[in-house]
Amino acid sequence: MSRLRELVEDGQSLIVTGEAPTVDGGDVADFGDRVAEIASWADAVNATDNPAAHAHASNVAVAIALCRHGIEPVLQVVARDKNRIACQADIVGAALHGVENVCCLTGDDVTAGDEPEARRVFDLDGPQLVHVAARLSEGRYLSGRTLDPAPRLFVGAVENPAAPPLEHRAQRAAKKVAAGARFLQLQICYHPRRLERFVHVVHGDGLTERAAVLQTIVLVRNARALSFMDANVPGIDVPAGTIARVREATDPGEAAYQLALEQAEHALSLPGVRGLHITDFRHDGAVSRLCRDLGIPTKEERRANAHRAQLPV
Amino acid sequence: MGVVAVVEHVVKKPVFGCRMCGQCVLHDTGMTCPMTCPKKLRNGPCGGVRENGHCEVEPEMRCVWLKAEHRSRTLPLLPASWRAHFAALRPPVDNRLQGTSSWVNLLSGRDKERPAGWDTAARVEELS
Repeated sequence: MSRLRELVEDGQSLIVTGEAPTVDGGDVADFGDRVAEIASWADAVNATDNPAAHAHASNVAVAIALCRHGIEPVLQVVARDKNRIACQADIVGAALHGVENVCCLTGDDVTAGDEPEARRVFDLDGPQLVHVAARLSEGRYLSGRTLDPAPRLFVGAVENPAAPPLEHRAQRAAKKVAAGARFLQLQICYHPRRLERFVHVVHGDGLTERAAVLQTIVLVRNARALSFMDANVPGIDVPAGTIARVREATDPGEAAYQLALEQAEHALSLPGVRGLHITDFRHDGAVSRLCRDLGIPTKEERRANAHRAQLPV
Repeated sequence: MGVVAVVEHVVKKPVFGCRMCGQCVLHDTGMTCPMTCPKKLRNGPCGGVRENGHCEVEPEMRCVWLKAEHRSRTLPLLPASWRAHFAALRPPVDNRLQGTSSWVNLLSGRDKERPAGWDTAARVEELS
């Protein structure tokens, strides 16, 4: 059973997932060096699927590379680049190598990437992809054809608590959970009140008992990175005041870190949030610093001590 | 395209921007055609909706799903069951039906056909 599934199903342990760095060259050993820091903290690491519509080493290849380093992967599958046949093949192919965790996304549009002239696919949408992955775990392809034995899969999804229509986001998360999602990695959110409202609703509706909510924290170096996300990453809005706070600080790098730390503390203080999903664009040891500042032991320490985080009741 | 399909297109194109997917779900989506979404999503807005409620792909266009969600709640005369259906999981589009008449497909039941593996194991058991 995947460690992520174990943690989600125990209903109380703190969960940390992280994003693997994208791969544009080098070999599996090089990749191991680059993923080592996040892997020492994260219970499972996402093998992304052409994030932000940029081509990189594939999700399945990266997931296998993670396995080879003894790191538990979360296979991200995005509906933008592949039709339903290829999406299923990704999941079943990765399962062949022991990949159990699957995170299903609709995906940014091709226009968000560096090849905006590409054909967009979206043969399935995010909720449909979750549903199809859940059927695969029951031993059936979408066609009805049998998989024998059925692959062992642990399916999750994403949701953006800060994108309009705000009142509808919890309902959309509920649709994905009903389709079979057992964990939800929420998009980075620079609007604390929106996150509070979203989590309050999904927790109140009992969704958090069926799926673990993990809040994404993005570690960036400076205000420029925040402005870039605000302008270029679909669905992410960074308030001008937040950017200014980092830009005008005497030490912008430190201010950017403190912003992430605040976000993480805030997210973990919300009843219903089970943990964090960490994306690191700093590559300066900030992941380790963040976890230490939050009082989160390493993955191995938590495993050895069956660490129980003090989750708010 | 058959005669019925042509008539359907003439009626639905100007009003709903109908794309002739042949498996109409307008009643479930606040009478707003999800096929006018650049990603052709059938199950609600993607996470890329802009702060002003506009589309990630076409910045000048208001998100189709924002409109659908709003109208499914506020459109007068919409039966309660149609409003409730907004939250339902709609299956993937059957791409073979593109260009055919959803009216004919509705009458023949063709638009209700699902891929054999779409139903959950629990549902299959329930049906058998």
